[in-house]
Amino acid sequence: MKGNSRIGAEKGVGKMESAPSRHADSTAADDPATEGQTPFSRPLFPPQSAVRNRIDRLGELFISAVAFVVIAIIFLIFIYVAREAAPLAWRTIDGILLWSPLQTPYTWQPVGGVPKFNILPLIVGTLKVTLIAMLLATPLALAAALYTAEFAPPSLREWIKPAVEVLAGIPSVVIGFFVLIVLASWLQDAFGFQFRLNALSAGIGLAFAVIPLIYTVSEDALTSVPKLYREASLALGASKPQTAVRVVLPAASPGIFAALVLGFGRAIGETMIVLLASGNASMLSLSPFVPVRTLSATIASELGEVVFGGGHYRVLFLIGVVLFLITSLLNWIGARCNRRLRQRLSGAA
Amino acid sequence: MRRMVDRTFVAMTLAATLVILAMIAIILGNVVIHGRDRLSWEFLTAAPEQGMMAGGIFPAIYGTVLLVFLMSIVAVPFGVLVAIYFAEYARAESRLYRWTRMAVNNLAGVPSIVFGLFGLGFFIQTIGHGIDQVLYPGYLVYGQPSVLWAAMTMAVLTLPVVIITVEETMRAVPQEYREASLALGATRLQTILRVILPQAWSGVMTGAILAISRGAGEVAPVLFTGAAYFLPQLPTRANEQFMHLGYHIYAMSTQSPDVEATKPILYSTVFVLLVLTFLLNLTAILIRNRMGRWTTR
Repeated sequence: MKGNSRIGAEKGVGKMESAPSRHADSTAADDPATEGQTPFSRPLFPPQSAVRNRIDRLGELFISAVAFVVIAIIFLIFIYVAREAAPLAWRTIDGILLWSPLQTPYTWQPVGGVPKFNILPLIVGTLKVTLIAMLLATPLALAAALYTAEFAPPSLREWIKPAVEVLAGIPSVVIGFFVLIVLASWLQDAFGFQFRLNALSAGIGLAFAVIPLIYTVSEDALTSVPKLYREASLALGASKPQTAVRVVLPAASPGIFAALVLGFGRAIGETMIVLLASGNASMLSLSPFVPVRTLSATIASELGEVVFGGGHYRVLFLIGVVLFLITSLLNWIGARCNRRLRQRLSGAA
Repeated sequence: MRRMVDRTFVAMTLAATLVILAMIAIILGNVVIHGRDRLSWEFLTAAPEQGMMAGGIFPAIYGTVLLVFLMSIVAVPFGVLVAIYFAEYARAESRLYRWTRMAVNNLAGVPSIVFGLFGLGFFIQTIGHGIDQVLYPGYLVYGQPSVLWAAMTMAVLTLPVVIITVEETMRAVPQEYREASLALGATRLQTILRVILPQAWSGVMTGAILAISRGAGEVAPVLFTGAAYFLPQLPTRANEQFMHLGYHIYAMSTQSPDVEATKPILYSTVFVLLVLTFLLNLTAILIRNRMGRWTTR
């Protein structure tokens, strides 16, 4: 028994070495001498052969080729959005040049006798709504993440996380609908706003979309802090909340920062919520109680009605380029912070 | 004193958690309460009538399912292939891998409206017009918004979801499995197809379901690539426009001539979309929790 299995092993090795050249030999696995003694009536993987090796190489080639085509398309996304905006850089189209969106008067009024394409009101509107959303979402999401990661009993924790994930799964058009139909009226009744739809209502809607993201990323960061940190702090006489705020939170700070940056990026680009809940009037104002128009909502509501290839069309693509670049930068910063968190914790633990 | 401060702090974090959960409950509760009334078998199977003020939403359900189906037969296979390349063939320390991986990650965070612009500029204006110029000179066949181009746009949008999920599960399959398989004489391709991929199957399922739920709920990418407010007939060809549940909600809440009259239908449509995406997400979470033997965290 012992001897047989050793012979079998030697045979296998021999076959692997000579595999590519000797195709006919592969039937030797059915050698009557070894049959019945191995647990398998036939080998799990038939021995290698020239054909098999060629298939293997073709498979790798195919998978790599597909991967490169897909990745190329990914890079095309930026190129094709930029390509539609690019002609503005070297010629005037319908009176618009690349820097026209920054020139006076500070008005966005694309339709009318003299169209005005200054994107400053849109930028201010976007920042205003995003800021409101972040101010509302950050404390709520961070506190909830702290509670889930540090204080909640394990049985409760298993319920909170999926529940917040449910919020992440609600389509943004539904949140926009809810603010437009229900919440905006509640707010107006409660505070007596002059405009039912305003930057505040849009910001609250956006907060719904950003909370799950900030919560998930920062909760991950908090739970990735090694248990040793907590035990050391508790052993020194600190209470659980003190440990959470003074030890765990600082240790996880790059991850928390990443959560905020990623949340900011999500809020800037979110379209359907602001399209439905912001009132969509471009006013250059700092008040949170007047209607606003954001960059993303401008693309969404105007691209359907523009002349293809015209100046207005190209300005909208230019806004797309701006959105792409801003969110990419924020994503990049967020990813870097998360990497730093992992390095810090793996180096210290 | 310190105990008081501590207790207050914990209570405050608990309160924040409850506020978030309450927000979810309010949205869902509101939609369920108001959406129930109109819901009936007829509502799900009939076409809209009288300018969306009567009838059902069948064309929108049909269009959404068609869009998601076309999207997933593109996004899932290509996503899995790219994930296989990333997890099994690409060298993790190479610059090429780091850059392409970063691009995929970044794509997952690019606003969906930008994908709409891309779909219009790339699929419709470039590919579609290109096909028309070669095959149907002088006619507009593929160079216009259609369910095909909307599905392609959505596929590009959901591709990162599939790639990231599948790659993570494939990487989590223990290295010993690969070594054991190779030691038994299997080629790399055989190892991937018969050992790694079956082990990472939960990841493929999760990725596909997450992509489908995202594809069913996103509206911004289909705004100019194929969604229509109302169509008298169901689309039968790939180059026709389609109705979409999410777009239907958007259009009804902003363009309806009589918002109060359409409200019951609007609510029921939201209810249907919520149930659809909720079921999809729930399945993904369950698969991840039950079958996710190899999770990275």
